[in-house]
Amino acid sequence: MHFKSVVVSNLEISPGYRRIRLTAPRGIMEAKPGQFVMVKVRDGVDPLLRRPFCIYDVGTFSLEYPDTPRRYYLEILYKVVGKGTSILSYLHERDSVDILAPLGNGFTIGEPGEEKLLVGGGFGLAPLYFLARRLVDASPVKVFIGGRRKEDVLCVTEFEQLGIDTYVATDDGTLGARGLVTEVLEEHLSLEGKRRAVFACGPEPMLRAVARMCAKYGIRCQVAVEATMACGLGACLGCVVKGASHDEKAPDYRCVCKEGPVFDTTELLWDEAVNEVRP
Amino acid sequence: MRKPDLSVNLAGITLRNPVMTASGTFGYGEEFSEYLDLEKIGAIITKGLSLRPRAGNPMPRIVETPGGMLNAIGLQNVGIDAFIEKKVPFLRTISTPVIVNFFGNTVEEYADLAARLDAVPEVAGVEVNISCPNVKHGGIVFGTDPKAASSVVGAVRRATTKPLIVKLSPNVTDIVEMAQACAEAGADVLSLINTITGMAIDLKSRRPALANVTGGLSGPAVKPVALRMVWQVSRAVKLPVIGIGGIATATDALEFLVAGATAVQVGTANFMAPDASQRIAEDMERYLRENGIADVKELIGSLRV
Ligand SMILES: Cc1cc2nc3c(=O)[nH]c(=O)nc-3n(C[C@H](O)[C@H](O)[C@H](O)COP(=O)(O)OP(=O)(O)OC[C@H]3O[C@@H](n4cnc5c(N)ncnc54)[C@H](O)[C@@H]3O)c2cc1C
Ligand code: FES
Repeated sequence: MHFKSVVVSNLEISPGYRRIRLTAPRGIMEAKPGQFVMVKVRDGVDPLLRRPFCIYDVGTFSLEYPDTPRRYYLEILYKVVGKGTSILSYLHERDSVDILAPLGNGFTIGEPGEEKLLVGGGFGLAPLYFLARRLVDASPVKVFIGGRRKEDVLCVTEFEQLGIDTYVATDDGTLGARGLVTEVLEEHLSLEGKRRAVFACGPEPMLRAVARMCAKYGIRCQVAVEATMACGLGACLGCVVKGASHDEKAPDYRCVCKEGPVFDTTELLWDEAVNEVRP
Repeated sequence: MRKPDLSVNLAGITLRNPVMTASGTFGYGEEFSEYLDLEKIGAIITKGLSLRPRAGNPMPRIVETPGGMLNAIGLQNVGIDAFIEKKVPFLRTISTPVIVNFFGNTVEEYADLAARLDAVPEVAGVEVNISCPNVKHGGIVFGTDPKAASSVVGAVRRATTKPLIVKLSPNVTDIVEMAQACAEAGADVLSLINTITGMAIDLKSRRPALANVTGGLSGPAVKPVALRMVWQVSRAVKLPVIGIGGIATATDALEFLVAGATAVQVGTANFMAPDASQRIAEDMERYLRENGIADVKELIGSLRV
């Protein structure tokens, strides 16, 4: 879908991180966790390109007046990093943006009986929250949230409100355990018994650690990855990451916007940087 | 007023309006079909094809720059066999002319591809990308040397009966000389400009923003350069010219017509909005109606100097 969208709310949820609610057509209710949207934060040529963001949530709301029809919305959780996201952060209620959604493949939910372990850091929590809402009625879910400092630990309350066990780790120990969240995850992966599946989204070093760990324990793991994008539609081929069989002589590139952004960790190459978004 | 006539003719290909999509920014058409009515644009130019599939360059491949973007995709594409097998069936379902862009590493490869495409009835015409290095001759870019360009265009001309568009590189000192060389070698139409070579640096890491170091600049930032070259070429060469470079609105497109272009290609703007080309065509029609212009062809080359 391609639509004009109106800002319903745009709130800071932690220093540097915000959540924006945007009106959407009814079709947004079909969006799957892990899918993303391309947002043109304002008209014109600056910034030129749309910015990609995972869907944090979708739902309905009604205006405060009686007898107004229910409206649909989508939410994005974003970190202010540069021009596009800072313009987004200044938008007020009733400002508008232009959106393509939903894009990409989304997570494969798997079997209900399995224990689902969600691991994320920073704005990587966005698709995981949307996923948790879909999973929680059918499966046992645990979430592992990492961050450098406590300001980077997002959505703890939201996950707890879903009744999900939440484990937190920060590099500096200002919240939860001190150290890497993947260390906390490993304690749970190594427990005997249950069938498990892992879902991860966050900084690449975290994803790499999770991918290795899941390979070691033989657990299926899906990750949502990032790449610089232009079209979001599989046409420009700007957004590739290295696939599992990649080497310099026989390159194996996967298109993130079309084949992803969710990949099984076995599909990608983890020996070196899968992606180099940042120079 | 009657509906204005927007149709134009490019070496026998009739376009319902002068707005085409630029190669590499519109995939193989199908990717965009959900977002616009493909029957409302003049023509589709598909992503550059090579004989064999190509994996493309390492990432990062794109970076935004003021008013534009740099890309170093590395001509990643499915190759001609997969194109014919997997992409043509969709293209058969639309009536809009499909023009296939292609490139090679040697003169022979260009000719081979042209011959293969000549046999595909769904292909209304071909657009040759000559902004590629000639691997047999020290990697000199065909499109920056009039002799090399002439030999490629001549070889393609002999291999195809389809309308032949040659896409010119702006990375030359004298665009008119290149245009004349291609015209003499048998081009039917010239399209310009391809991207301008540029680069971007991340100061913090002192590394290039693109893994390939350099890339091709496109988007509104290149429009003045493109307009200038279209104007120069269309005055000097008898062939129809297709204007390309930073076209994001109907005003941009109409300026190219006034400068001498018979048609235009919309490229980077497809990323800003996937329906950009349709919107530009519709806004062009509105402009003609509002200004009492019965036929878009009246505008072509109407610059008052
Ligand atoms: C599939 C996907 C899902 C994403 N989901 C989220 C999310 O849920 N929340 C969130 O905060 N961020 C998300 N991102 C990252 C977000 O797109 C970038 O932070 C944003 O584009 C930066 O824009 P900017 O103009 O503020 O920064 P810029 O000044 O343009 O750049 C800042 C940094 O962002 C990167 N970046 C810039 N443009 C793009 C682009 N077009 N595509 C990807 N990276 C870019 C640059 O490499 C740079 O390092 C996602 C990215 C992808 C690919
Ligand atoms: S962003 Fe264009 S192909 Fe993915």
